[in-house]
Amino acid sequence: MGTQFDFPGGIHPPDNKLRSLQTPIRQAPLPDRLTVPLRQHRGDPGRVVVAVGDHVLTGQPLSEGQPGRSVPVHAPTSGTITAIKSHEVPHPSGLEETCILIEADGRDQWYELAPCPDSASTAERYDHLHRTGVVGLGGAGFPTRDKLQSAEAAPDVLILNGAECEPYITADQALMRERPDSVVAGALALWRLVGAGRCLIGIEDNKPDAIEALRQSAEGTSVEIRVVAARYPSGGERQLIQLLTGLEVPSGGLPADVGVLCQNVATAVAVDRSLRLGEPVIQRITTLTGEALARPGNIEARIGTPLDHLLFEAGLDPQRLHRLIMGGPLMGFDLTTTGLPLIKTANCLIAGTAGEFPDPPIPQPCIRCGLCEQACPVDLLPQQLYWFASAGEHRKAEHFDLFDCIECGACDWVCPSHLPLTDYYRHSKGVLRQEQKEQAEADHARQRFEERQARLEREQADREERRRARQQAREQRHNVAPAEASEAATAAASSPTAPGPDRETLIQRRDQARQKVEEAQAQLAEAREQTPEAVPKLERALNKHQKRLDAAEKALSDAQEDT
Amino acid sequence: MWMNLLLAIATLLLLAGAFGALLGYASVRLRRDDDSLVEQIDAVLPQTQCGQCGYPGCRPYAEAIAEGDAINKCPPGGEATIQSLANLLDVEPQPLDAEHGEEQPKRVAYIREAECIGCTKCIQACPVDAIVGAPKFMHTVIESECTGCDLCVAPCPVDCIDMIEVARGIDDWVPPHPADRPLTHDGPVIATDQRPAEASA
Repeated sequence: MGTQFDFPGGIHPPDNKLRSLQTPIRQAPLPDRLTVPLRQHRGDPGRVVVAVGDHVLTGQPLSEGQPGRSVPVHAPTSGTITAIKSHEVPHPSGLEETCILIEADGRDQWYELAPCPDSASTAERYDHLHRTGVVGLGGAGFPTRDKLQSAEAAPDVLILNGAECEPYITADQALMRERPDSVVAGALALWRLVGAGRCLIGIEDNKPDAIEALRQSAEGTSVEIRVVAARYPSGGERQLIQLLTGLEVPSGGLPADVGVLCQNVATAVAVDRSLRLGEPVIQRITTLTGEALARPGNIEARIGTPLDHLLFEAGLDPQRLHRLIMGGPLMGFDLTTTGLPLIKTANCLIAGTAGEFPDPPIPQPCIRCGLCEQACPVDLLPQQLYWFASAGEHRKAEHFDLFDCIECGACDWVCPSHLPLTDYYRHSKGVLRQEQKEQAEADHARQRFEERQARLEREQADREERRRARQQAREQRHNVAPAEASEAATAAASSPTAPGPDRETLIQRRDQARQKVEEAQAQLAEAREQTPEAVPKLERALNKHQKRLDAAEKALSDAQEDT
Repeated sequence: MWMNLLLAIATLLLLAGAFGALLGYASVRLRRDDDSLVEQIDAVLPQTQCGQCGYPGCRPYAEAIAEGDAINKCPPGGEATIQSLANLLDVEPQPLDAEHGEEQPKRVAYIREAECIGCTKCIQACPVDAIVGAPKFMHTVIESECTGCDLCVAPCPVDCIDMIEVARGIDDWVPPHPADRPLTHDGPVIATDQRPAEASA
């Protein structure tokens, strides 16, 4: 049987499992109306691919997932889609989410299923699991594909979790004792898929019938059946890994970090059916129990079946119903209405009477007894976390490893002051997650703001640049006409200093000017006698030539002075 | 003996001098640069860029806080931001200054599209480019990018922008504080080990 390891803390609550184990698994009759929430897993809702009025077949995809973010859901039976709208879903908040409402036609006609071909690669098999909507059926609903892919290398150990430690819940026990062959087939399918070194099935010793059945089915295979002592919460993923291998999953890490992959037994069966038959997750075994039910037991029902339909099947006495709990009494949550649908993660439904689940006593002040610390299976300091969480000092609680808390409720169970410790931790975690989300949004907004600011500055600079270019162009245009004049002026002004025309040219110019003046005087004298009308014109010409002569003489004398 | 005394004094003086020099050098060399403080303050602010604090954006306000302005002028951040700022700067948290507005649940702008005339005034006002549209064409708000700063409401010439509260879904749900839960119990307040119907459990 190998070495038995241990995890710290833990409690021994009365398990109350016998009541729901008296009868074999029953098949729930098909309901007339089904409500399929788009989100039945950890992550975002998928994208709807059907429309109101469409006729769908059993197993037909209703939504499309995106690996790593969302998982598709499938039609649990054939029928017509009557609405796609917000509807209450089983969640502690009691809020609504988008659901697909189907009116069943009663024929339960199957969609054409595509099994995964034998030639498919591992990645293709993972995607096949994603397409068939396989998620963890133990209660957390983590997408199986993402979990399998979280390991970079093949794990050393594959563990199938059949511990089912929480009181009342017997869905996995019923599965293991009645369908041990399918559990072993699931184990082998998963083993082949991930290629681990060993494959263990962990079961608590309070399920002798399941242990016996599995031992027989596993005969001849290398799957090892490991029995662990019943103690809550041995069925927690990290706790079971610690029990079977002695390895502790690091804080904030994944089982893959210590070379372990852990899957629930029901998930293994779903993986096998998905790969071998192409069957999507459209039904599950769920435990119906509690004193308010006349016929408790395990029932295999389609996803989306209204809970009141199931409770009616189990003989609910509404007069005696005091608390309706989904999940176990320690980790589950209260439902306020029975109009909710069954979802992939719903492993148990407890219809408790007032005697069975009395209202919690009024919490008394913490007396620092330290019992919670002894019960904590992850070695936290629940009392310290309680002080921080109740005072709203969530950051400090985070530094005391709040996020390692698995919310098992063992500390609540032992608290002599009846403090709802886990509720404080849940609140604290919720606040911190919300803060993280807001911080991410703020950072996103800052980035957009800064980029916008940069863009505006860039545009401003561009405009400035264009304006300057235009101005320059305008100046150049203005300068073309007066350019020669100004050039001449500057040349004349700078002639004394600049290497101007030398003396010979100046003399030449003066002589030319003098010659022109003489010609003009001669013309003028001639005109005065013959054509008097041309006289003014010639006089002006003479003046002009006279001026040029003066300028030339002056330039010459200036040049002579300089030299 | 005098020699020993002098030696001791000299040693101490030397040590004091050496450490003084070291500290002096460190204070000059490793001075906390103002930019990193502004960065830290800016990281705490909610980045709505709404200007309700009286500064044109979150960073200018962060700069002002770094220079000693009050930390309680940010209504979108509310108590949580004031608390974080008080922790960061090691000062006493103050209640939110009502002069700059009240803390409100997160809202986003919504353009009544039939009334929009396509003037682009809101697009120019939006600090995070969350509005799309073109001149003479209908505008609309990208909900996921809108910070709810209100800055687009005033410039709109036809008043077709509403600020609506964001519906909070399951993703935004925070489990309630147990002390806020209504008591369902009418039994005795004093604890007793007599629990009715214990045997049935």
